Amino acid sequence: MSRPILEAKNLRVAFNGVKAADGASIAIHDGEFLAIIGPNGSGKTTLLNICTGYIRPISGSVLLDGNDITRMSPRAIARRGVARAFQIPQLFSAQRVIDNMMLALAAKDGLWSAIRPLETAERRDEAKALLELVGLDGDTDRISSTLPEGHRKLLDIAVALALKPRLLLLDEPTSGVSALERFPLMEALMSALRQRRITALFVEHDMDVVARYASRVLVWNAGNIMAEGRPDEVFGNAQVRERVVGVA
Amino acid sequence: MRIILAAAAVVMLAALAFAAPWLQFVLTLAIAKGFAALGVAVLLRAGLISIGHAMFFAASAYGAAFLARAGINDLGLLLILSVLVSALIGAIAGSFLVRYRAIFFAMLNLAVSMVFYALCAKLYGVTGGTDGLPVPIPAVFGIVFAEPVFKSILFYLSLMLMVLVGLVVHRYLDSPLGHALSAVHSNEIRLEYLGIPVWAVLLIAYTISAALAGLGGAIAGLAIGRVVPDFAFWTASGHLVLIAVLGGIGGVPGAFIGALFLELLHSAAVTVTDAWNLFVGITLIVVIMFMPQGIYGLFERKEAQSS
Ligand SMILES: Nc1ncnc2c1ncn2[C@@H]1O[C@H](COP(=O)(O)OP(=O)(O)O)[C@@H](O)[C@H]1O
Ligand SMILES: [Mg+2]
Repeated sequence: MSRPILEAKNLRVAFNGVKAADGASIAIHDGEFLAIIGPNGSGKTTLLNICTGYIRPISGSVLLDGNDITRMSPRAIARRGVARAFQIPQLFSAQRVIDNMMLALAAKDGLWSAIRPLETAERRDEAKALLELVGLDGDTDRISSTLPEGHRKLLDIAVALALKPRLLLLDEPTSGVSALERFPLMEALMSALRQRRITALFVEHDMDVVARYASRVLVWNAGNIMAEGRPDEVFGNAQVRERVVGVA
Repeated sequence: MRIILAAAAVVMLAALAFAAPWLQFVLTLAIAKGFAALGVAVLLRAGLISIGHAMFFAASAYGAAFLARAGINDLGLLLILSVLVSALIGAIAGSFLVRYRAIFFAMLNLAVSMVFYALCAKLYGVTGGTDGLPVPIPAVFGIVFAEPVFKSILFYLSLMLMVLVGLVVHRYLDSPLGHALSAVHSNEIRLEYLGIPVWAVLLIAYTISAALAGLGGAIAGLAIGRVVPDFAFWTASGHLVLIAVLGGIGGVPGAFIGALFLELLHSAAVTVTDAWNLFVGITLIVVIMFMPQGIYGLFERKEAQSS
């Protein structure tokens, strides 16, 4: 396999003695759609926090294209083409849906023009296209705090996509999204990822989603990797079935 | 629609001042405070309350006094240079103040402004102590006018600047940088993850807000003809916050509406009764309880309904 885009090596993190990462290593390669599953509180979100510079591990390192980014800020890492959608959506809740999108698009190109308006026809079209992709075209001009939880998740994902990342980290993209909207969302997401050649890592609780879409699965448990492989291999593992799939 | 309303208001102000020249001084001061309150309102968008902006107001007025003493005797040049002085002080103070939030930001601004106030009052040799410094009447395009004429010129210039600077600030608030500023209030984590440097967004805003306060201060110094340490006193800073909240931070006109409203109310109230504080207090209670968008919010809501 080629050199990984993102590699985390020998990560160790603990919160008040609880080990969220205990010497684990992961790597994600170009074009993968890597799923991370594992029980609640096993450290999956923490892993994303480390990979994006939000928290620093006690030891271990994170490499992006082979360069050490362990001590970089989330901002610096974002500028290197890594975008993140959060487990709890992180939105500009007082702003309209479209403004959330356009600010993300502007962050990529024109933030420093203080005189031209945020809203240009071009940017608006681009924002609308992404909103349509995730199924939010009906909510364009709503204030984002008034969106139902599921739609807030969708907006958070669309905002991450607006950054045109090379690598997208998704923290439970389908949680809070209704069962009816779940598969359409995943289909749209997959086609966007393929079209834009985005590599992605996603933490997921819905095993049907994982089985259907993941190119590889990594089972995280108590800060360690319990199993790893294609979905069918991993779901065939008795230990995984008992500890993880059963609980999920 | 909103543009027509704003234009009508400006024309009315000009006409009012023309019909009643004695109002010109009050209106000039109101616009001056409006600029400073606009500076405060810019930061309020990011959820940051500065209780120290009178410092920039004063710094610029002192700047004008020093520059005049150094021989600069042109109105335009005085205004530009004094605004640059306050912007520079704003950039320096801002570079460490914008790391703080909420009560810490408010209190640090207050603290810095109190140090500034104390220096102005104590450094008698430099600042003239509590007597302050004169701000002499400068030339306008090379001509030195008599005081009443100069005051009229200053008023109409302020009115014009209100429109021009107001438009520029409006553009800024509507730009990506302006939206990023409001976003600081909503979600700093998301901003960081968009790759946007929050401190830079805030530092730019802080510098702009200091420059706006400075513009107000320079105009006030010229209108009054003197600058005293009280320009920087914390109650003056509080007054600016009051104007901003009263007028509303939803749009640029809010700060000027608030300032005009309070100044006119003030001149009416002090002649009728001395219950000025009572009036202001009750007005503020009514505004906060029933008009959280400030007085300007009333116009904006009409706009939304009619469009
Ligand atoms: N910032 C933090 N401070 C203290 N404890 C934390 C923090 N973040 C996570 N934890 C703890 O670390 C463990 C792993 O959390 P998390 O990474 O959110 O798990 P997951 O996403 O797999 O559910 C949990 O016990 C959680 O309470
Ligand atoms: Mg989690």
